[in-house]
Amino acid sequence: MKSSRRIAIAGITALAVAGALAGCTSGSGSEDGRLELRVATFPPGADQAAYDAFAEQESQFEEANPDIDIVGVEYEWTAPTFAAQIAGGSLPDVFTVPFTDSKTLLQNGQLMDVTDEIDELGYADKFNPIILDEVTDSDGRVYGFPRQAYANGLHYNRALFEEAGLDPDSPPTTWDEVRAAAKQISEQTGKAGYATMATGNTGGWQLSTQADSRGASLQTDDGDGTYTSTIDNDATKATLQFLHDLRWEDDSMGSTFDLDWGSINQEFAAGNVGMYTSGSDVYTALVRDFGLQPDDYGLTVIPTENGGGVLGGGDIAVMPPNLDDATKAAAVKWIDWYYMQKLLDEDAAVADAKALSDAGQAVGTPVLPVLDQATYEESLTWIEPYVNVPLDQMAGFTEGIFEQTPIGEFKGQTQPIYALMDNLVQAVLTDENADIDALLAQVDADAQALLDQ
Amino acid sequence: MTMTTDPEVAEAADDRPPTPPTVAERRRRRRTPMSWLRGGGLSNLAFVAPMLIVFAVFSWGPIVRAIVMSFQKTNLVAPPVWVGLDNFARVLADPNLGTAVLNTLYFAVLALLFGFPLPILLAVLMSEVRRGKGLYSALAYLPVVVPPVVAVLLWKVFYNASPDGVFNTILGWVGIPPQPWLQSSATVMPSLVLEATWAAAGGAIIIYLAALISVPPELYDAAEVDGAGIWRKIWHVTLPQLRGVLFIMLILQVIATSQVFLEPFLFTGGGPNNATLTILLLIYRYAFQNSLGGAYGEATALSLMLAIFLALLSWAYFKLTERWSTN
Repeated sequence: MKSSRRIAIAGITALAVAGALAGCTSGSGSEDGRLELRVATFPPGADQAAYDAFAEQESQFEEANPDIDIVGVEYEWTAPTFAAQIAGGSLPDVFTVPFTDSKTLLQNGQLMDVTDEIDELGYADKFNPIILDEVTDSDGRVYGFPRQAYANGLHYNRALFEEAGLDPDSPPTTWDEVRAAAKQISEQTGKAGYATMATGNTGGWQLSTQADSRGASLQTDDGDGTYTSTIDNDATKATLQFLHDLRWEDDSMGSTFDLDWGSINQEFAAGNVGMYTSGSDVYTALVRDFGLQPDDYGLTVIPTENGGGVLGGGDIAVMPPNLDDATKAAAVKWIDWYYMQKLLDEDAAVADAKALSDAGQAVGTPVLPVLDQATYEESLTWIEPYVNVPLDQMAGFTEGIFEQTPIGEFKGQTQPIYALMDNLVQAVLTDENADIDALLAQVDADAQALLDQ
Repeated sequence: MTMTTDPEVAEAADDRPPTPPTVAERRRRRRTPMSWLRGGGLSNLAFVAPMLIVFAVFSWGPIVRAIVMSFQKTNLVAPPVWVGLDNFARVLADPNLGTAVLNTLYFAVLALLFGFPLPILLAVLMSEVRRGKGLYSALAYLPVVVPPVVAVLLWKVFYNASPDGVFNTILGWVGIPPQPWLQSSATVMPSLVLEATWAAAGGAIIIYLAALISVPPELYDAAEVDGAGIWRKIWHVTLPQLRGVLFIMLILQVIATSQVFLEPFLFTGGGPNNATLTILLLIYRYAFQNSLGGAYGEATALSLMLAIFLALLSWAYFKLTERWSTN
């Protein structure tokens, strides 16, 4: 009797554990028979208005596609969470990745082939070919929809400019002027006059941006699938020397040197940074996710010298490679409707701009065309009545950007080499006696070793 | 029960007529599946099963999987490819490995120098306190209760390198200029060790306090009669009595510091200029950071090498200290 009771208790315990384990898995089908499509929305921290605007767009899409149930998922591109999410199968069915990582993802087999779908939609030949190349493999297959492109710009805080006695309508146009303005801001306001990203591979990204503007070429494509590292050049050295001098001679970079994309935006939006370089499209996130006061914002082009150009980038709407056919078809519909049609179709562009504008979200943030120039310029006229970003505070950028030479990111081992270059930025900002020549030679050799793998 | 080693007695015992088997022996001899079932084997198994399943799924399974993955190229999406020892060769050829090993060693040594004696000292002092012992124990243990991520974020504020930072303000009161703390290769590792010591000391103190209670008070009385002062009592009575616990705590600390990840990951991400890149952070970078999940093989290979090294180290340590800890 005693034994059978023990067996019963043990059996119940085992069942309870098994039940708890089974509860760890979740179903993905919609209860009402509609196909559930999980799509990326905003990074953590987005305000309620952004979600309101999204809800409006979601209901518009579902009205047009009653068999699809859109589920918005909070999403931010970071390499570590991406790798874990794709391995664990918890990525949204539609998400975006930067150009920088698209080649690695292609090589890793982590993206869905959408060549046939893009062909069917009929706008394959409308893409800017340089941009489409970012998501095309060596066999000519396409793995995503380029949806937005940007050029790096010099962002500055107009309030700090005024407080320091500088004219916010005449931002610096050379790197020497940037240095002088940074010093003045630092001395007059006690804030960092200039800051640069330094961690999580963003240090390499921005070092690359600033070196390119001084005429650097960081990598040579040998044309046979191999690359040669040329990081160790005069322009990169001049950039590192510039950062070193701002930090150690002028003391105009504050006291925090481990900033990344999120934390530098945070510091800038909080009014602690006078100037920094980043993508021209960051205004939307600065206002939506970091609470920037629009009146304080200024944007101009990055100074260029010695034949330098402006580094561009962008992102791509993609899908994981393991979706079933029905989900893939729904995902393509969503990408076409949510990301692409507003670039191609007047009604869609106006509807999108109106939804965003009604919810108080940024409309008209300066970007670069992913489609041909004519379509882009036409689309700007469609949304003109809804533009609510302070375009006059971005005149330095919008008037100057098309005169600059666009440069794409180097393609061989982009992220690992950015990681190596992070160390260069960190070294000159944290070690007054950093030997720039030796550091550059070492990073160049390490980068070449990566490229030779 | 007594035992003898006298050969004659042992021989005499062998000559005795065989004694009838005991009840336990008879049961053992007649053990059949049915007797196992009747004896409650099934219920025993049912009780153990949940634990076995949980361990197999969440502990042993991943360990076996990691060993397999260290010989594969896989991103957990595309089918894995067997690559033999390639992952190990790539890890050993990585210039960052040397930096990571040296940094981990530096952290371990600093943590040993500051983090190991401090809890012993505090526990001994606290055991001498006559009033409010509970309050001191609670205060000492408080940092362990603070979630580690919160603690690191809190200390990040303390370590703010501007003159307005908490620590720099305190230093300013005594005329010391602001320190860069996390923003300099020279000061970053000691800064990490300081926080790690603060965070972990409470747990060790509680263990030492418990061990101190087991030291017979007569030994202190005897030492006092012999004219020993407080330091001689600690040196000749307390520490020898605690040696078993001390040896265990030492190897646990060595293992824990060899696997340091949280502090460098949250404080610095390995910077500045790789000054806080540790072995576990390197494993993390392989697995998740730059390869976007393309180098799980390298990550598991390095994990395996670290695990084997720590297992050998623990074995050698226990062999070396066997005599001291039992005598």
